[in-house]
Amino acid sequence: MSAFSIFNVAGSGMAAQSLRLNTVASNLANADSVASTPAAAYRSREPLFAAVQRGLDGQGGDAGATGVQVLGVTQSNAAIPSRYEPGNPMANADGYVFASNVNPVDELVNMISASRSYQNDVDVMNTTKQLMVKTLDLGK
Amino acid sequence: MSLIPDNLFGIHTRALELWQRRSEVLASNLANADTPGYLARDVDFRKALSAAGSGTGNLPLQTDASGQIGGSAAQAGAPLEYRVPTQPSMDGNTVDEQVEQAAFAANGVHYQASLSFITAQIHMLRNAITGA
Repeated sequence: MSAFSIFNVAGSGMAAQSLRLNTVASNLANADSVASTPAAAYRSREPLFAAVQRGLDGQGGDAGATGVQVLGVTQSNAAIPSRYEPGNPMANADGYVFASNVNPVDELVNMISASRSYQNDVDVMNTTKQLMVKTLDLGK
Repeated sequence: MSLIPDNLFGIHTRALELWQRRSEVLASNLANADTPGYLARDVDFRKALSAAGSGTGNLPLQTDASGQIGGSAAQAGAPLEYRVPTQPSMDGNTVDEQVEQAAFAANGVHYQASLSFITAQIHMLRNAITGA
């Protein structure tokens, strides 16, 4: 039933984008987190999207409807900045703390992009719903 | 003998299915607007409708097994084509959200137009039956 697969496709898109918004939120929240070692420092997280090649209706025959799946959440490999703060209780023996490698500008851009895409999916769903209701009213 | 022909609504039922199919493809494009490497697709409506009108009762937009991209005979009537990107992005994604939004909106209007044609046909028949 193809009209319903639009809901599945748009729904998968909304789920993926909201996960992206979640990672943006945790990245921004942890932008100023510090740690005693580089390994323990917070690394910027980002979801990895991929198109679902199988049909979302479970029959596998519907190559037209392609949803989104989140393959996983990756962590940034950018360098962890260290700061000399001997007074910080988290400082190591040499007086350094290790901050997160979150780039707030990247995160804000990500946030805008994710919310726009989310809105697009909502629009798609609304339009489809209206068209389906009109189809149900056919002949009245 | 029935006076009402089998294809009561003419090409409009076929068109309706095609518009619906196309909205599905466009919805997939919009959902994958941020997927790296995703290639935007669209239905060539003219080809699809002429294939549908040429009469194999079943709408020939259906593809066979998933993951197969083109080439097979079963897909001859399923002209899903890749969009030529105006400004491709670095991650290989060719979805232009504005283009897809516009196409989706236009597609919805076309769908409603087909619906109105069918509704008009129903009204005409009802008038003929009741004589009102």
